[in-house]
Amino acid sequence: MTDANQAIDNEVKSNDVVLFMKGTPQFPMCGFSSQVVQILDYLGVPYKGINVLEDESIRQGVKDYSNWPTVPQLYVKGEFVGGCDIAREMFQAGELQQLLADKGIAAKQSA
Amino acid sequence: MAMDARDIERLIKEGIPDARVEIRDLAGDGDHYAATVTSATFKGKSRVQQHQMVYSALQGRMGGALHALALTTVAAEN
Repeated sequence: MTDANQAIDNEVKSNDVVLFMKGTPQFPMCGFSSQVVQILDYLGVPYKGINVLEDESIRQGVKDYSNWPTVPQLYVKGEFVGGCDIAREMFQAGELQQLLADKGIAAKQSA
Repeated sequence: MAMDARDIERLIKEGIPDARVEIRDLAGDGDHYAATVTSATFKGKSRVQQHQMVYSALQGRMGGALHALALTTVAAEN
């Protein structure tokens, strides 16, 4: 494993919900990242946002880690859930809420 | 750094021969597209796997030449 791969692996396994994104949850720098932030904030799920723009090795590394070509990338309990399109589709279908519940991750509100 | 919608459709069909591909140019700038891809080969696969199949057909262009492709995949019945 490369250092970046190890660092990413460590983040997704030590945090229940991790979002690799452009910018920060407070200041998303990309519309796709912003959409996933809005979903997670709406659900009231605690998550760790990791700004890939701050570290080129993470920016590339996270794409290799999941075999997924784009950012944002959402991970729940160490498992890659998807990018913006899948997160939105799952949210709209109620599947994201179900996945979080199944994994024992409490949302602050039940919408 | 833009791609023609016809090139996107062609690449996807080369990679997934039975695919039905609908592409919309969201911003009219040749850089922000939405695609719906329907294929029987998606059956039994997770959304992540389905999207990976489309990205694979695009041969590394996703995230590069193709900045924004909002993707929806549908498993065809047959």
